Amino acid sequence: MSWLPTTVSGRFYSLLLLVLACAPFIFEWANQPFYLDLLSRALILGIAAISLNLILGFGGMVSLGHAAYIGIGAYCVGIPAYYDFYNGWLHLALALSVSASFALVTGAISLRTKGVYFIMITMAFSQMAYFTFLSLEEYGADDGLVIYSRSEFPEWLSMDSSTGLYYWIFGVLLLSLFFTQRLVRSHFGRVIVGSRYNEQRMQALGFSTYRYRLACYVISAMICSVAGMLLGNFTSFISPDMMGWTRSGELIFMVIIGGVATLFGPLVGTIAFVLLEEFLSAITIYWHLIFGVMLVLLVLFGKGGIHGWLAMLDRRAADHD
Amino acid sequence: MDWNLLVTQLMNGLQLGLLLFLLASGLTLIFGIMDFINLSHGSFYMIGAYFCGTIVSITGSFVAGVLIGLVGVFAVGALIERFIVRYLYLKDHLDHVLVTFGLILIFDTLVHLLWGPSGMAIPLPDALNGQVNLGNLQLPTYRLVIIVAGLMVAVMLYFLVAKTRLGMLIRAGASNRSMVEALGVNINRLFLIVFALGTAMAGLAGMLIAPITEASIGMGNDIIIIALVVVIVGGIGSVKGAFYAALIIGMIDTMSRSYLDQLLQLVMPDNYAETAAPALSAMLVYILMAAVLAFRPQGLFPPAGMK
Repeated sequence: MSWLPTTVSGRFYSLLLLVLACAPFIFEWANQPFYLDLLSRALILGIAAISLNLILGFGGMVSLGHAAYIGIGAYCVGIPAYYDFYNGWLHLALALSVSASFALVTGAISLRTKGVYFIMITMAFSQMAYFTFLSLEEYGADDGLVIYSRSEFPEWLSMDSSTGLYYWIFGVLLLSLFFTQRLVRSHFGRVIVGSRYNEQRMQALGFSTYRYRLACYVISAMICSVAGMLLGNFTSFISPDMMGWTRSGELIFMVIIGGVATLFGPLVGTIAFVLLEEFLSAITIYWHLIFGVMLVLLVLFGKGGIHGWLAMLDRRAADHD
Repeated sequence: MDWNLLVTQLMNGLQLGLLLFLLASGLTLIFGIMDFINLSHGSFYMIGAYFCGTIVSITGSFVAGVLIGLVGVFAVGALIERFIVRYLYLKDHLDHVLVTFGLILIFDTLVHLLWGPSGMAIPLPDALNGQVNLGNLQLPTYRLVIIVAGLMVAVMLYFLVAKTRLGMLIRAGASNRSMVEALGVNINRLFLIVFALGTAMAGLAGMLIAPITEASIGMGNDIIIIALVVVIVGGIGSVKGAFYAALIIGMIDTMSRSYLDQLLQLVMPDNYAETAAPALSAMLVYILMAAVLAFRPQGLFPPAGMK
């Protein structure tokens, strides 16, 4: 059967997608609805991590403000719902357009800077978004906003049941994986990756790298806002807390655990993060300590995160043959 | 206009500015000399407050709390530099962000483990707890103490950086690190001292503020972001820049919180002004930083020799 994946990592990721596709049936059969919730949350954050990886991993633009787009997406559900507008297409269109506009303006300014300065300026813009929502008394300010009903879609796309919502999340996840893969292999993606390695050389070749990077930044923000829209529907409670700078730090953490600049890395990283968080916090209230130590060790000794370890197995198997 | 309120607010702005300077001066040196982003700098601010509080509760003396606490924070800073941070200088900024983010989690949880989840109040000696009368104005003595202490540290730091051999090396390191290395300076020791000194100053800021706000877990995580803003606005590596930027940002933040709504009422209806003012005042420092980064990325007062 030559169509089956031959490498360790290929097999692992195919199996993972298969399990994710059947997850609602598995958990229903096992009568464990809680784990479907956990997985839904993990996959939503996975979409956000995939979008962050697009700029951070492939583009080399380290943003410490990506959680802002999760918040924007969530409030694009919450604020219309507050006025009894529940049309899901409206929510989706709002999330995409608001995040694209915010990313276009802030990205145009941020991308004039490099390195440390880019990290700091993206953080500054996300803090501005954070404080904006924090001061909107009408929409709950720091108490947050309760969303009483999920976004409304046609019957066959309904997200009212937890299975329906799960397949929404899974569908968006597949789309963003597919899109990332196509994008990175396209002409556009090569320019983005090229300007991560050597921006001057790309410019010397005649590419306006600034425009390419800005476009990439906006695309990444739009994908992330869909994750935010799903998160708003999933938690049915949103607050400015979703976009604080420590949230953006966690997103970077997820990408790193999985493997930077790889297709599946951010997804496995996020699943690992959410599962670890869940199980460690059940064992001890001091689980942040274990998390912190892991993070330090990962940077000092981890070679390329989970994807890196799988790729190592691939090479070992290849040497064996 | 209420002049007493204005003077009080000016004093508050000065106090916040000086606390920010204590945090930002160390941060900017670590940033400028070692090219290291230390998000966990705020953790030393927290540790300082807890060390001081513990020693005050044992010895009953606030001065002893500050002095012994400073030694303690210096030692923790030196250990962290020697065993973790030293191995990161050659890695990229993303790794710095990750490791120091991990350090924040570690320090917050360790404080939780050692001192419990609730905050720790630090009592002031009676001598510092009163009021000082200036004309018809009453000012809390302790706020004046903070201002005087902050100014004293600023002057001491100025002498250290401008007049001593260590300061010469620090300035040289901020302008051109590899040249200092090439001239045969023991760069490892210089980095260790700068890092530990920076963390001790952050600790001092935490000790000074703790009697007012009490020590609490995560107390450094918000102020560190503003301190980073100070560093960027002042120019990375510049202590002088950190001083001016800290005072500017301390003033902007304090003044906009108390007067921005009145200012906005001049140009828009009252109810809009009341909604917009808190948001805008919280954002002003970030707007300032974004403007500086967009138009003058090297900061307002970059160190000599750095372009």
